[in-house]
Amino acid sequence: MTAIVTVRVQQEDFDTAREIAALGDGRIDIGAVVSFSGICRGSDHGAPISALTLEHYPGMAEDEIMRHANQAMARWQLAGLTVIHRFGRIVPGENIVLVVTASSHRRAAFEAAEFLMDYLKTSAPFWKREETADGESWVEAKSHDDAATARWKS
Amino acid sequence: MKVKYFAWVRERIGKAEETVEPPDHVHTVGELIAWLAGRDESSAHAFETPKVIRAAIDRTHVQPNAAIAGAREVAFFPPMTGG
Repeated sequence: MTAIVTVRVQQEDFDTAREIAALGDGRIDIGAVVSFSGICRGSDHGAPISALTLEHYPGMAEDEIMRHANQAMARWQLAGLTVIHRFGRIVPGENIVLVVTASSHRRAAFEAAEFLMDYLKTSAPFWKREETADGESWVEAKSHDDAATARWKS
Repeated sequence: MKVKYFAWVRERIGKAEETVEPPDHVHTVGELIAWLAGRDESSAHAFETPKVIRAAIDRTHVQPNAAIAGAREVAFFPPMTGG
């Protein structure tokens, strides 16, 4: 069976269950599907957030996600993967990002999903801006995200 | 060449993109940052801490020592916070 790689950068929401079903549709070689959803929280360190606005670099965002999707396909035996990342204004409870990986056995699916999320955090050109009662501010990059990404370089 | 700015780099400079013609002595991304920063106060503010600025040439991440020769589009932005 051909591995299917889907990468989408979009403003509109997505249906997680439908995306998971689409990846495995009509296949009997898949024994494991892992999905990760990144969801907008209503607070950060106890301070309420009314919304996030995600800015992105059109073109490069898709390219950068696809580049890492291809690396994941080369590194693990995957039947397919789906990455969807939203941009624009997102309110608490809404989806921001989805990663779905499918493989014959669970380890490849778990590891590839983590790899993709770690790289999405540190090298896909997206920037979050938070709206709070005090106004708006850009979210700062976290050093633990860089550390999480670095572990895949060995 | 076209230069694009994102997030707070864009806000500080006050525009999302512009076309620039750097002088001949500007060879690398780092030198381009220094030249851009020297133009006016808002650019100086945007690039006041060059080590936090990330760059891409033609939509690929690059380091400050990357050559800008032949680049169509250079982008500058803060560390990414997606995902």
